[in-house]
Amino acid sequence: MSGEPILELTGVRKGFGPVRVLHDVDFTVRAGEVTALVGDNGAGKSTLVKCVAGIHPMDAGTVRFAGEPVRVAGPRDAARLGIEIVYQDLALADNLDIVANMFLGRERGPGGLLDEAAMERAARETLASLGVRTVRSVRTPVSALSGGQRQTVAIAKAVLWDSRVVLLDEPTAALGVAQTWQVLDLVRRLADQGLGVVLISHNMADVFAVADRIAVLYLGRMAAEVATREVTQTQVVELITAGRSGELGLARPETAVV
Amino acid sequence: MSTRTESPAAADFGIDTTSRSTGEAVRDYLARLRAGDLGSLPAVLGLVALVVVFRVLSDGFLTLDNTANLLAQGAGKMIIAMGLVFVLLLGEIDLSAGTASGVCAAVMAMHYVRAGNLLGGMGTTVFLVFACGLAVAALLAVFLRIWAGAALSLLTLVLAVVGAPANPWLEMLLALGVGAAIGVITGFLVSTIGMPSFVVTLALFITWQGVILRFIGEGGVFGIGTDPVLFAVANGNMSVLGSWLLCAVVICGYALVVLGEHLSRLRRELVTTPTPLVVTKTVCVAVASIAATYALTRNRSTNEYADIRGVPYVVPIVLVLLAVGTYALNRTRYGRHVYAVGGNAEAARRAGINVSRIRASVFVVGSSTAALGAIVYSSKVGSVDPQAGGLNTLLFAVGAAVIGGTSLFGGRGKVLHAVVGGLALAVVENGLGLLKQPAAMVNIVTGLVLLLAATVDALSRRRAARG
Ligand SMILES: Nc1ncnc2c1ncn2[C@@H]1O[C@H](COP(=O)(O)OP(=O)(O)OP(=O)(O)O)[C@@H](O)[C@H]1O
Ligand SMILES: [Mg+2]
Repeated sequence: MSGEPILELTGVRKGFGPVRVLHDVDFTVRAGEVTALVGDNGAGKSTLVKCVAGIHPMDAGTVRFAGEPVRVAGPRDAARLGIEIVYQDLALADNLDIVANMFLGRERGPGGLLDEAAMERAARETLASLGVRTVRSVRTPVSALSGGQRQTVAIAKAVLWDSRVVLLDEPTAALGVAQTWQVLDLVRRLADQGLGVVLISHNMADVFAVADRIAVLYLGRMAAEVATREVTQTQVVELITAGRSGELGLARPETAVV
Repeated sequence: MSTRTESPAAADFGIDTTSRSTGEAVRDYLARLRAGDLGSLPAVLGLVALVVVFRVLSDGFLTLDNTANLLAQGAGKMIIAMGLVFVLLLGEIDLSAGTASGVCAAVMAMHYVRAGNLLGGMGTTVFLVFACGLAVAALLAVFLRIWAGAALSLLTLVLAVVGAPANPWLEMLLALGVGAAIGVITGFLVSTIGMPSFVVTLALFITWQGVILRFIGEGGVFGIGTDPVLFAVANGNMSVLGSWLLCAVVICGYALVVLGEHLSRLRRELVTTPTPLVVTKTVCVAVASIAATYALTRNRSTNEYADIRGVPYVVPIVLVLLAVGTYALNRTRYGRHVYAVGGNAEAARRAGINVSRIRASVFVVGSSTAALGAIVYSSKVGSVDPQAGGLNTLLFAVGAAVIGGTSLFGGRGKVLHAVVGGLALAVVENGLGLLKQPAAMVNIVTGLVLLLAATVDALSRRRAARG
C-alpha cells in the first residue's frame, strides 16, 4: 500500500476576507511516505493544514481520503477519518495536565465519566515510546512545562490515536538536538508503519533527512511536488524563495505576487 | 497487548515518579504557591484571621447561636457563588445572577401567595409574556442541545399554565425552572449571538430588576414564612440523630471517595499524593465534622425556655451542592471541557469540543444554582420583596468565588472556593453587624476585600505567566 495516495486535496482555495491565502492548491499525501511541506513564512502552510483539519472551512476545493470523496466540516470529522495534527501553536490548555490535554475531546470512560486510570496509562506509554525523559510526571499541568516539553506533549497527543495521516506543523521548532532526532526518527517510523506523514519545517537538513517527497508552497500556490532524491537543497531553497528553479516550479512566479 | 508487556514501558517514562514522599509533596506545594497558584490559601488564612479578630472584638461572635445564624445568613449568596464559579471558569461574568435569582424568588413566592394562580398574580399580559419567555427558552435550549435546560423550562411552562395548587416542593421546582430558563436565554445571547457576557448580563441585570418589581409591585411583599417547609429551609435544624447521621455520611463518604481512589491508584501504579497526606486530610475532615456536629447539637437557645439544637438544614444543602459541583467538574467529561474552554478555547475547539454549547451551559448552571440560592435567602427572611437579589447580592457572590481563589481570567477555580470565600464574607457581614457598624461600613469592607482578592488573582496570574 506504500505510495498509494491516502489524502488528496485538489483546487483548495482559502481567503481571509479580501486576502487570498491559498490559490487552487493541489496536494497529495501518500501512505507510507513522509511528505515535507515547505515554504517561506506566510506561504500558507499552516492555513492548508487547518483546512485539512476542518478548522478553516475551504472556499473551494475537494478532499479525497483513501480514494473516497469526504467532507471535513470540523475537527471531529478529521479525527474520525484518522487525521491527526500537531499545530504550530500547539493548542494545549495550560490549566490542564498532560493526560487531560492528550485526551482532550476524546476522553475515555463510561457515559459522561472519566476513566483516569486508563488515560494515564496510555499517556505514559505513548510518552515513553517517544523517549521523553525530562517530564517529571504525567500529572504536571502544561503551564509548568518548557517549550520543548509542550511540543513533545503535542506530538504525543497526535501519536496516541490509531491514525492514518499525521500532519506536523514545525514540530521540532523548539526542540533540542536530541529531541529533534527523536521526533524525526518518530516521523520516519510512523511512515514506515504505513501512515501518511506530512512534515512542515524550515530546516532543510531535517527535510532531506526524512522526507520522501517535498512539496513547495510559494505565496499560496503549489510551486512543485517532487521526490527528494531528484532535487538538491539549493533547488528547494530557490523554489521556496523564488517559486522557480530551472525547469521546476511555477511558470511565471512574478504574477503570483498579485 | 497485555498489561505485563505494558508495564516496563510505563515504568520507563523518564524520571516520572508515581509516588512522592511527603516532603517532596510539601516542597511541590510550596513551589506551586511561589509560582502564583495560591488556590484558596489566602481565603482560608483570611477567614481564620477574621474569626480571631471578631472573637476578640465581640463576645457575641463565636457563640453557638451566632455561628448557626451566620451559616444561614451566608448560605443563600454562597450557593449563588457556587454556580458563578462555572461562569468564571470560562472567564465570563454573570452580573445578572443576583436579580435573576430575585425573579426566581418572586415567581416562587407569587405561586405560594396566590395559591398557584400565576395568571391571576401577574395579569393576563404579563403572564403571556412570561409563558412565551419560558417557551422560547425551551426552544433555545433544544437548539443549544442543553437538554436539562430544555426539560426544566418546559416543565416550568407546564406547571405555570396548568396552575398547579401551592405546594412548597413545587414552588422550589418552579424557582429552579425559571432559573434554568433565564440561564438558557443568557447563554444563547453570549454564546450564539456572541455578545460579551459583561454587556448581556448588565442589560439583563436591569431587566430582571424591573421584572421583579412588576411581579411584586411597588412596596409589595410576598410572605412565605407561613409555609413550614419554605420556612425551614434556612431556619430549621436537623434532629440530633439526623445531625450525627449527616456527620457519619460526610466522614464515610469522604473517606470512601478519597481513600478508595487513593488505594485504587496505588494498586494500579498511577500518580498519587503521598499516603500520609491523604490520611491526614481524611482525619482532619473527620475531626472537624465531629467537632462541628457536637457543637451544633448542643442547645444554643439564648432563651432558657426554648431548646434549639441540631445542624441547620443549610449545611447539608451546601454540602450536597458542593459534592455535586465538585464531582461534575472533576470527574465528568463536561467538567473537563469546561476547564479546557476556560484555559484555551481555541485548543478546545480544535479538539472537537462544542465550545459554544459549553459556554451557554455554564450560564444555565449559574442561573439554576442562583435560583437555589434564592430559595435559601428568601426562606431566611421569610418573604420576598422587590429588593430580592438586588443590593449587594451579586457583589457578594462574585466576591465569594474570587476571594475563595477562583480566577476572574478563567481556567482556574473550584466550587469549594465559593464556600470558603462565602464563609469569609459572611463572617465580615455578621461580625461588623455585631459591632453595630452601619451598612455603609459593611459595604466598604466587603468591596475592599473583593478588590484585594481580585488583586491577588491578577498578581498571581502575572506571576504564573512570567513562569
Ligand atoms: N486567521 C487568519 N486571519 C487572517 N489572515 C490569516 C489568518 N491565518 C493566516 N493568515 C494569513 O495567511 C497567510 C498564510 O499564513 P500561514 O500561517 O498559513 O503561513 P505559514 O506558511 O504557516 O507561515 P510560517 O512559516 O510563518 O508558519 C499569512 O499572510 C497570514 O497573515
Ligand atoms: Mg505556519
